[in-house]
Amino acid sequence: MKGGPATGRLLRHRAGVVGLGITALFLLVSLAGPALVSVQPMETNFRAILKPPSAAHWFGTDELGRDVLSRVVYGARISLELVLAAVALALLAGGGLGIWAGFRGGAGEMVAMRAIDVLLALPGFLIALVAITILGVGTVNLVIAVAIYSVPAFARVGHAAALALRPAEFVQAAISQGATEARILSRHVLPNVLSPLIVQASLRMATALLLASSLSFLGLGVQPPVPEWGAMLANGRSYLSTSPHVVLFPGLAIMLVTLGFNLLGDGLRDIFDLCLRSSQP
Amino acid sequence: MLPYLARRVAALGVVLFAVSVIAFGILQLIPGDPAALMAGVDAQPAEVERLRAELGLDRPAPVQYVRYVRRVVTGDFGRSLRSHQPVVMDLATRFRASLFLASVSLAVALVIGLPAGIAAAVWRTSPWDTAITTASVLGASMPPFWLGLILIGFFSVRLGWLPTSGYEGSEYVVLPAVTLAAFSVATIARTARSCMLDVLGDDYVRTARAKGLAEAVVVGKHALKNAVIPLVAVVGLQFGYLLGASAVTETVFTWPGVGLLLVDAIKHRDLPVIQGAVLLVAASFALVNLLVDVLYASLDPRIRLS
Repeated sequence: MKGGPATGRLLRHRAGVVGLGITALFLLVSLAGPALVSVQPMETNFRAILKPPSAAHWFGTDELGRDVLSRVVYGARISLELVLAAVALALLAGGGLGIWAGFRGGAGEMVAMRAIDVLLALPGFLIALVAITILGVGTVNLVIAVAIYSVPAFARVGHAAALALRPAEFVQAAISQGATEARILSRHVLPNVLSPLIVQASLRMATALLLASSLSFLGLGVQPPVPEWGAMLANGRSYLSTSPHVVLFPGLAIMLVTLGFNLLGDGLRDIFDLCLRSSQP
Repeated sequence: MLPYLARRVAALGVVLFAVSVIAFGILQLIPGDPAALMAGVDAQPAEVERLRAELGLDRPAPVQYVRYVRRVVTGDFGRSLRSHQPVVMDLATRFRASLFLASVSLAVALVIGLPAGIAAAVWRTSPWDTAITTASVLGASMPPFWLGLILIGFFSVRLGWLPTSGYEGSEYVVLPAVTLAAFSVATIARTARSCMLDVLGDDYVRTARAKGLAEAVVVGKHALKNAVIPLVAVVGLQFGYLLGASAVTETVFTWPGVGLLLVDAIKHRDLPVIQGAVLLVAASFALVNLLVDVLYASLDPRIRLS
């Protein structure tokens, strides 16, 4: 992704630019969030309970009089951390496994990739639920469950990319020169499998956010009163008939950020001209 | 066809084995003593020991596994720790509700997604194409629980047209089915569009046009037949997805399906129900995948020969 051409092509890709813009906005809000809002997300105000959007509270207030805008803004940071941690974990574990298996070949490859096939033959959401059952409810366990959900996709991509590189002349040359496996993998293979993995990571950010907020909504992820978007929706559900704004804004935030990741991923895929359609929703 | 079928059934066997190990493993890996958990918080130590021996939890894990599989095969999933009813009874009624919801959702997704995707391909780069492509990206980014709540807020609370939750008649399925279908509509429309675009560029389509056939015949008769084949695989996968990921939608609408049962069981650590639900959902998902693959291969000889 270094240098001009790829960046230039992304900037000419209309959907990709929209995705890039939304993602940049999301990053800005999550990093600068505390400076943007004056009210603390946990600050209750019993004289302003379930107030609709107004000049004082742009997104209204919730059942404890907490400012919804402030909670959505602080929630951005939480979502960013969750998604980055889960996708990074899955990228390292899944991508690493896939690259190793694709490069090494033999019995190790067979066992690893058959195991990945079995995981792909099961509903991903169910795998995440099983992980939560075993690990227990909590933020760290949520990250692990979401990472497990994404591992097979990265393993597949890493495997395919490494497999295609194995017969390449520069890899064969390095092998014939007696380079160690670690050196070949880090110097020759890794730089060439990065772009499909980056594209996959960007698309996986979208599913990771949807899954993490879904699990929090079910009460199996981040627990209230932490202003996580899915947990906020679960909470606001009881006030849907009188104060729809309590569920409107956190949900809108989830959708917008997911959309940004999806568009960015599509754009990156198009400019790298990769055929990476994943069969897993 | 037969060698292909044999390969796929063998693969299903491997998946079912893995599923049984996972369901069994939940009991082994869960923190704490499963016997104490099953006996309940106010159980005497003697009671816990009796249960441990009765369930065979004092035996080595492989022995326990074989016992577990033998029980499951005969339809004995144990008893729920909360309702004390046989798990298999709960699973049967809940699975029927989930299957019904998934089927209606798939029908909704096909009726909307298929024509939309084909139209987008036929009138490529028209405003219609842009609108459908945009809508399908939006659909794929929509959190299902939020969509469900918005639909309840509008159609149930504001307009009062449809019930908010539960399952007491056919009108109860409308909002959950639409909510669950949103993601599949997007996927099916997107795939239909790209399959159709592939086919429309083929030589035989050009020949059909060159010999002066009406565009409706070219698209509807020549192109559609070939575009539909890869779609079968995607639609089948969607059905599996609808079965496997319905927990969120079922929770929003308190739909009495397996997903809601599983989420409740996880919250209350009702181990036999968790094991049974995981086994049932994963096995049916794998079975649907097998059926789709076989159907796909019987439609397209290239698949089973490669």
